[in-house]
Amino acid sequence: MENFELLMGGLESALTPMNLLYAAIGVLLGTFVGVLPGIGPAMAIALLLPVTYRLEPTSAFIMFAGLYYGGMYGGSTTSILLNTPGESASVMTALEGNRMARAGRGAQALATAAVGSFVAGTIGTILVAFFSPALADVAVDLGAPSYFALMVLALVMTTTVLGTSALRGFAALFLGLTIGLVGLDLNTGQPRLTFGVTQLVDRLDIVVVAVGIFALGEALWVAAHLRRKPTHVIPVGRPWMGRDDWGRSWKPWLRGTAFGFPFGALPAGGAEIPTFLSYLTERKLSKRGDFGRGAIEGVAGPEAANNASAAGMFVPMLALGLPVTATASVMLSALQGYGITPGPQLMTDHADLVWTLLASLLIGNTLLLVLNLPLAPLWARLLRIPRPQLYAGILFFACLGAYATNLDPFDIGLLVAFGLLGLMMRRFGLPVLPLILGVILGPLMESKLREALTISGGDYGGLLNEPLAVVIYVLIALFMLGRPFIARARARAEQSAAVEEEKELVD
Amino acid sequence: MSETPAGGWVVVAWAPDVYGAVALDWALADAERRDRGVVVVNASRGDALVDERFAFEEQLGELERRLTESGRPHEIRQSIDPDVAGAVLDAAEQLEARLIVVGLRRRTPVGKLLMGSVAQRILLGAACPVLSVKPGSVPD
Repeated sequence: MENFELLMGGLESALTPMNLLYAAIGVLLGTFVGVLPGIGPAMAIALLLPVTYRLEPTSAFIMFAGLYYGGMYGGSTTSILLNTPGESASVMTALEGNRMARAGRGAQALATAAVGSFVAGTIGTILVAFFSPALADVAVDLGAPSYFALMVLALVMTTTVLGTSALRGFAALFLGLTIGLVGLDLNTGQPRLTFGVTQLVDRLDIVVVAVGIFALGEALWVAAHLRRKPTHVIPVGRPWMGRDDWGRSWKPWLRGTAFGFPFGALPAGGAEIPTFLSYLTERKLSKRGDFGRGAIEGVAGPEAANNASAAGMFVPMLALGLPVTATASVMLSALQGYGITPGPQLMTDHADLVWTLLASLLIGNTLLLVLNLPLAPLWARLLRIPRPQLYAGILFFACLGAYATNLDPFDIGLLVAFGLLGLMMRRFGLPVLPLILGVILGPLMESKLREALTISGGDYGGLLNEPLAVVIYVLIALFMLGRPFIARARARAEQSAAVEEEKELVD
Repeated sequence: MSETPAGGWVVVAWAPDVYGAVALDWALADAERRDRGVVVVNASRGDALVDERFAFEEQLGELERRLTESGRPHEIRQSIDPDVAGAVLDAAEQLEARLIVVGLRRRTPVGKLLMGSVAQRILLGAACPVLSVKPGSVPD
C-alpha cells in the first residue's frame, strides 16, 4: 500500500493548474501528431526537447506523458477513419475499425478505442506503479555483467522482433552503436571517430540525432513523393456507444490489457505482438461471427493491448533505465538532459519526479478521454493539411531545436547529415528504432561492459559470472533458435486472416 | 474518346460538392442547347492526405450515370496536378473547347486575397469564354 500512497502524493503535486495546462497541451499536441501518419510521439517529443529544457523536469515529463498517450490515441483515429495505420501497432485496429466505419459505425469504433485506451492505460499505469519499485529494488543489486546482458537482450529483441528482416534491423542497430561511439572515450580520454572535428569530441547531442533521423528524415522522405492520390475520409460524428457496445467491449478491453502490459514491460519492445494476439483471441472467442464485417471486439481488444503495452514500457525505463521503444529512448535522453542518470537509483534518488510522472500519466489519460471524444470530427479535418505547409513547419522547428541546444551552426550541418541518413534508411527499408536504441544504449552498454571486464581483470569469462547474465544469454540463444518457428506461426495466422478477408469479398 | 460533336466541347471544372454540381448543371444545359459534348475535369494537388474535392469511385460512378442519362458525348478526366487550374486549361486548349464552366464561391476581396482561387486562374488564362456560376442558380 506504500506505493499507493506515493502515487497519491504524486497526484497531489501533479494536479497544479500549471501542470494540468502542460498535460492538456501534451494531449492535444500528441493527438495532433498521432493523427497525421508518419509523425509519431517520438518525433514530437524530440522536437519539443529543446523547448522543455527551460521547464522544470516534472512539467516537461507531464507534457511528454500527455504526448505519448495522445499519439497512441491519434494513431487509432487515423486507422479507423482512413484505413492507413500510422504505425505497426495500429494495424490490427484498422482491420475491424475501418470496416465498422464503412458500415456507418465509426462513432462506436472511435468510442471503444478511446474508452479502451483509457481503461488499459489506467490499469497499466497502476501496474507500473506497483511493479517498477519492486523491480528497481532487485535491479540495484545487479552487477555490471547482468546489466550488460539485459541491454544485449533489449537490443536483440527489439531488433529482431520488429520489422520484417533481422538483417536490416541489425544493420540499423550497428549504425546506431557506431554513432554512439563518437566522442571522447570516458575511460581513457581518447577521442573516437571525431575526424579531428572539435565539436564531435563532446559526443553527439542525442536531440540532433533524434530530430535528424525522425523529423528531417521523414520530411525528406515525404518530399521525395509529395503528390499522391488523396484518400477518402469517412465522415463521423461525435463518438458514442450504445448499451450493447459497452457489453461487447469491456471483456476485450481487459483481455487486451492483460496481453499488452507484459509485452510492453519485457524488453521485447513494441505493441505489434500483443495487438496481434489480442485480435486473434477476440476473433476466436467471438460467437457472433461478424468478425471481418466490423466487430467491435476487434477494435476494443487490440486498442487496449496497444495502450497497455505503451504503459508497460515505463517499467524497464523507470526501473532499469532501459528504453525499449523510440519514445522511451527520447524520454530517457530528456532525463539525461536534466542531468538525471536513468537506472535503478532513479526510483529512490528522484522519487518525487517518478511518482509525479506516473500520476501525470493517469491525468493525461483522463484528459485524453475528456478532450478527445468531443473533438474527433475536428481531428479528422487535420488530414486535409497540405504536406508542404505541414513539413515546412516541422523543418522549421527541427532546425530551431538543433540550433538552440548549443547555439552552434555546426549542429545544423549535423542535423542535415542525419536527416539524409534517415531518408536513406527509409528508402532502403531499415527500421529507425534499432538505430536510436543503439545510440542511447551504446554508451551505457560500453561502460557496463568495461566495468565488468575491469572487475574480472580483462577476462571475458567475467561476463558470465552472474547467474542472471547466464540465464539471459540462454534466453537470447533460445529466442534466436526459435525465431524461424515464431515467424512461421505468425505468417500462418496472418494468412488465415487474409483468407477470411477474401472469403468476405466473395460473399 | 468519341468524335468531336457538332458544337464542339464544353469543359467543366468539377468537384463533388455544390459548386461542381451547379457547374455541371449549366454545362449540360449548354451542351443540350448547342449540340456540344461535355468533358468533366476533376483534379487535386494531391499534397494532402485527404482532399474532399477529389472524387472517389462511387462519386465518379454517379457522375458517369448522370452524364450518360443526358445522352451527350462525354468524358471524365481525373488527375493529380500541382496546378489544378492548369489541368482545366490544358484540357480546354487540347480540345479547342468552346466554353469552360466553373462553380464560383462567394468571397469578399479580403478572403480572395488570402485564399487564392482556381476559378480566377481559369478566368484569366482561358482562351475561350468562361461561364462562372454560383450555387442556387438554375439553368433556364
